[in-house]
Amino acid sequence: MQRQVALIKQSLFDQGYLDEQFMELEELQDDVNPNFVEEVATLYFKDSARLINSIDQALERGSFDFNRLDNYMHQFKGSSTSIGASKVKTECTMFREYCRMGNAEGCLRTFQQVKKEHATLRKKLEHYFQLARQAGPKETARRSK
Amino acid sequence: MEKGFSPVGLRVLVVDDDPTWLKILEKMLKKCSYEGSLLLFLCFYTLGVHLLNFLCFCFNPLAVTTCGLAREALRLLRERKDGFDIVISDVNMPDMDGFKLLEHVGLELDLPVIMMSVDGETSRVMKGVQHGACDYLLKPIRMKELKIIWQHVLRKKLQEVRDIEGCCYDVGADWFTQAQFLGGGEDVSFGKKRKDFDFEKKLFQDESDQSSSSKKARVVWSYELHQKFVNAVNQIGCDHKAGPKKILDLMNIPWLTRENVASHLQKYRLYLSRLEKGKEIKCYSGGVKNMDSPPKDAEINSGHQSPGKSSSYAFLKATETDPKQLAPASVSDPTSGVHMPPKAKKTRIGYDPPNSSGVFDSLLPWNDVPDPLESKPPILYENSFLQQQPLPSQSSYVANSAPSLMQEEMKPSYVNEDEFLMPQDKNSTVILQDMDLSAPFSSNATSNTDSIPGSLNWELPEAHHSGSLDTDLDFTWLHGEHFFANSGLQNFQFQDYTSSTSLLSEPPPHLWYGNDRLPDPDEYTLMVDQGLFIS
Repeated sequence: MQRQVALIKQSLFDQGYLDEQFMELEELQDDVNPNFVEEVATLYFKDSARLINSIDQALERGSFDFNRLDNYMHQFKGSSTSIGASKVKTECTMFREYCRMGNAEGCLRTFQQVKKEHATLRKKLEHYFQLARQAGPKETARRSK
Repeated sequence: MEKGFSPVGLRVLVVDDDPTWLKILEKMLKKCSYEGSLLLFLCFYTLGVHLLNFLCFCFNPLAVTTCGLAREALRLLRERKDGFDIVISDVNMPDMDGFKLLEHVGLELDLPVIMMSVDGETSRVMKGVQHGACDYLLKPIRMKELKIIWQHVLRKKLQEVRDIEGCCYDVGADWFTQAQFLGGGEDVSFGKKRKDFDFEKKLFQDESDQSSSSKKARVVWSYELHQKFVNAVNQIGCDHKAGPKKILDLMNIPWLTRENVASHLQKYRLYLSRLEKGKEIKCYSGGVKNMDSPPKDAEINSGHQSPGKSSSYAFLKATETDPKQLAPASVSDPTSGVHMPPKAKKTRIGYDPPNSSGVFDSLLPWNDVPDPLESKPPILYENSFLQQQPLPSQSSYVANSAPSLMQEEMKPSYVNEDEFLMPQDKNSTVILQDMDLSAPFSSNATSNTDSIPGSLNWELPEAHHSGSLDTDLDFTWLHGEHFFANSGLQNFQFQDYTSSTSLLSEPPPHLWYGNDRLPDPDEYTLMVDQGLFIS
């Protein structure tokens, strides 16, 4: 069971969903906060969902206030760095580029990607944490490598 | 686990609108405090007693306070003056620009501020540096970066030591420095604060009797003094036309030298230029209005303009480079410029509260909390103490309660403050620390001209009149003008008890040393032992 969990985590890294920041979070996890990583991830997804909504609404309005959009995305990107959401971060950067260029079409397209990556990561992590919990506390506290 | 000095014992305020990062940073900082090291401690031992002191307090657990809003952070900082050693703030925040917060903290409280952002663009980093950030970190932040933030606190302390030593009196120069413990952890349970306090009282009284002919006394720019300065500058008309000699003549303060004025003027100009650069200017409406719109730093400008009037306007025009801002400036300034001084004056004077709680009201402006502080017992203590009681009884009040609070301070009170609204024991000790210093000398303060308490008091009512947003506005406005008055305010308290006569009649020695105490030598060993034990 634990091996399975470890493998899943490893694949997340290998596939580029997560980066070193996730490992740093795991380092922070200890007896005082045994579920630290999961808590952080939950917090991130909750907060980022709110940001995604804001951006969605802004895009739907069709006014394309690029400054505003860039601001939102800046926040979102910052947030995504917190758990090491690598692919999400990449899409965020692209979005901001399109914002800077004033490319509405590009923004819309990239944002779909952002949402997609975000949703994918969420699912994967939820699955991972579920398994990890089942496998027992030892697994989550240990580094994968 | 790598060995290294960690921000143990530091009181860190983290400001970030991202709750995820707040959580992570809090955990990271807390984690830092578990790792102590003696190595550096021993190294510092040779560097001197005051540094030893710094390290002593460092071996107490670190206290992290997190804050999701810049305004809340400012409120907290002002509330608990000397309650924090360092501030870590994000650059992008919804309610206030991180750079603005940086300015406020730097000017009002002179705390080291570290900026952080996911964005590492040169322009942003440059802006951070220009606004006075002592470091700029990129997210994601690593533990190793946080572990060494104490260096900024120490650096600042060292600078202060050097400054003070530079203006030492002949006698007792060494123990002058000693007495001025510059660590921010005055609320560390050294326990003997009373004793130290008396010791320093004696020290300063002795020193105030001596004239320092060979060494220059550092001028404390009290609020009153700065006010005169600003008035003189305004009278002359144009900032860049105002020369130190002219200002000095106008100020008519016998002991003030041209050099003092010159350096102060330089700082003032720097401050003005920093305010004006990159900010939109809005009309100062004369009243305390909530002009807050996060991307615009209008309040600072408007605030700045109100006292500065034509001089600041002229100066503004001289330094204005951004065409975008020139337009509103040219439109609004003439009218606002005309209106401002009388209104500003009116606002000021009109707000003089009738009570004569003098010097202590200077502490009150920092408590610009809209919700009553009475809800929090420790702070209530301070508030009621400050506001309600006439000075003579104030001193006795403090004297009586101080011992009991000393005892409170003895117990380790470094609770991790997750709820920034929660008063902790530490708060009370910290706040009362301020009392200790200034209270017994309130009698001296009363002998000062009432204009001083009067002029200090005007800050207070403004704080209470407006809402949360406004208060910060007020203070940006107020502090825009009196930025040195704020540091001067603190100095003012301390210098009170060195000069029993009026504030302005004799040169106030530079006595700003914070609320910190040097523990007795036996306490050193105690601390050392504890430190040894802890790590």
